[in-house]
Amino acid sequence: MSVAVTTSGAAPRTVWRRGILASRKGRWGFGILTGLALVAIFAPLLAPHDPNAIDATRILAPPDLAHPFGSDALGRDVLSRVIFAYRVSLGVAVGSTLLAFLVGVPLGLYAGYHGGWVDTAIMRPIDMVLALPAMLLAVALIAIIGPGSNISALAIAVIYMPILARVVRSSTLVVVSQTYVEAARARGTRSRTIITRHVLPNAIGPAIVQATILMGFALQIEAALSFLGLGAQPPTSSLGVMLADGRDVLTQAPWVEVFPGLAIAITVLAFNFFGDGLRSRLDPTGVTE
Amino acid sequence: MSDLLRLEHVDVGFAAEDGRVSAVSDVSLSVSEGEIFGLVGESGCGKTTLAMALMGLLPATAHVAGSVRFQGVELLGLPPEELRRLRGDRISMIFQDPMTSLDPTFPVGEQVAETITAHRDVDKARARERALELLGDVGIPEPDRRFGDAPHRLSGGMRQRVVIATALANEPALVLADEPTTALDVTIQAQVLDLLRELRTRLQTTIVLITHDLGVVAQICDRVGVMYAGQLVEVARVSEIFRSPRHPYTQALLAALPTQHQAPGSLRVIPGRVPNLADPPPGCRFSTRCPYVMDVCANVPPLAHETDEHLIACWLSEATKQAGQPDHAAAGGAA
Repeated sequence: MSVAVTTSGAAPRTVWRRGILASRKGRWGFGILTGLALVAIFAPLLAPHDPNAIDATRILAPPDLAHPFGSDALGRDVLSRVIFAYRVSLGVAVGSTLLAFLVGVPLGLYAGYHGGWVDTAIMRPIDMVLALPAMLLAVALIAIIGPGSNISALAIAVIYMPILARVVRSSTLVVVSQTYVEAARARGTRSRTIITRHVLPNAIGPAIVQATILMGFALQIEAALSFLGLGAQPPTSSLGVMLADGRDVLTQAPWVEVFPGLAIAITVLAFNFFGDGLRSRLDPTGVTE
Repeated sequence: MSDLLRLEHVDVGFAAEDGRVSAVSDVSLSVSEGEIFGLVGESGCGKTTLAMALMGLLPATAHVAGSVRFQGVELLGLPPEELRRLRGDRISMIFQDPMTSLDPTFPVGEQVAETITAHRDVDKARARERALELLGDVGIPEPDRRFGDAPHRLSGGMRQRVVIATALANEPALVLADEPTTALDVTIQAQVLDLLRELRTRLQTTIVLITHDLGVVAQICDRVGVMYAGQLVEVARVSEIFRSPRHPYTQALLAALPTQHQAPGSLRVIPGRVPNLADPPPGCRFSTRCPYVMDVCANVPPLAHETDEHLIACWLSEATKQAGQPDHAAAGGAA
């Protein structure tokens, strides 16, 4: 057993092999997400048709070999549209969660490490945001700034940031009370170094798990916002926009509605599987349960 | 030998829901350069709190009063940045459990190197070189192979050696060793004690050894201070403590040591329980369990020289009686 422990003790490769990929859920989640990410990245190469090309001869045409997902009310190829819409939706989901992660993690870390009034000053406003209903908050933000996929990403980040900050704060509190942090203080290490070198690597695990699962739900929130016309604006399409389009023709041409819906369901499921796989390794005590 | 460390009337209290817990009460003692001073007492008697107080590592809820002079510098009230510069450089600490005092996600060698870079303006390569040297000094085989290992790859004894290497990184004048052998098995204990003794001889490091293990004290210490419920009750040379303990608590503690001739199941204990430190008895805190308790014990007995090297805080002692007349002590505290 040769384990390469390099700069930070818990070697990433070991985490990968023994933890995430050891569970069947983790393998499935990882596999599906890799596939979906490739689809999003290589959308222009994979889409068989132009997603916006209108074909009057194929209005609401059912699936066939050339158009496996059928066509919509304007005769556009649903498969190509799902692929391109997926790109937008996944981008919003990943981008918004990353933004929330980058802002929330330092805040929670700082609050948890320093405690006292610093903690209060950082966490009370965050608790206030957390107390508002998520959807309402997103809709209100979009009402102020205006619709669009970037704005919905921002709105989702605002919803998620407090959640991640709280998760990091709670795991930081546990880490700060560990002897090795006290030992680092006792050898005169500067606070900044203690936070970045000793607290962060030990406290970040649950936040990574949480962020992974939140990404799946971000896709749902994005779809809901787009469905309401608050997210991606034409000509950009997203899975939510497609759901809204398909709703009108649900009885005549269910394929217009079903395929984008399936894409959402599979993605959320994959993120959850992957998150569970990560949890077994990064958060064995279950802070994020 | 001159005093390296001198504590005078050190009090440590913690704000608690039901008032103030007095964890350390009026402790005065001095430690000479190059000596190994043992601080013994049962769990919760304030040994570790005292050590943390001099490192400035107590939480904000703690209130520390009195005076701690280290190399002539008053430590209490020193600005945090100056305290930080002392910690790990002039004063360092060895913790009880090497399983928890090393960062599990951080290579062991880096933890030693970090102690150097926190205090010396050296580049990474130089710090690494020095850390390897230190790991070798404390008896870790093949330090260059061990340097990058995470702590879980090392045995308990090896980890404690890393902790000791960390404590010695900048050749401190004073090492506070808080139960350095308690978490280790007996053979490793002996190795670690040998290591500490050797380091004292080689580097002239002063060591304050905090322990509840009288066997460890007998093996390694020059002098010993006995604490009970936050009070320092007796200070003497080790041989003296074991030969003629003077304080009733020390006597009871030594009498409680099991011997080879004892029948199984017949451990001797000190009757009664440790007082609640949120509401300690006035005066001598051992008075609630002391077989010789007298009326005068309601006053705090001052620690007084019975001989040049033997100090005791008990009203049975003539020295204590002379040092603090009861009326005087009650009026002005043990001055």
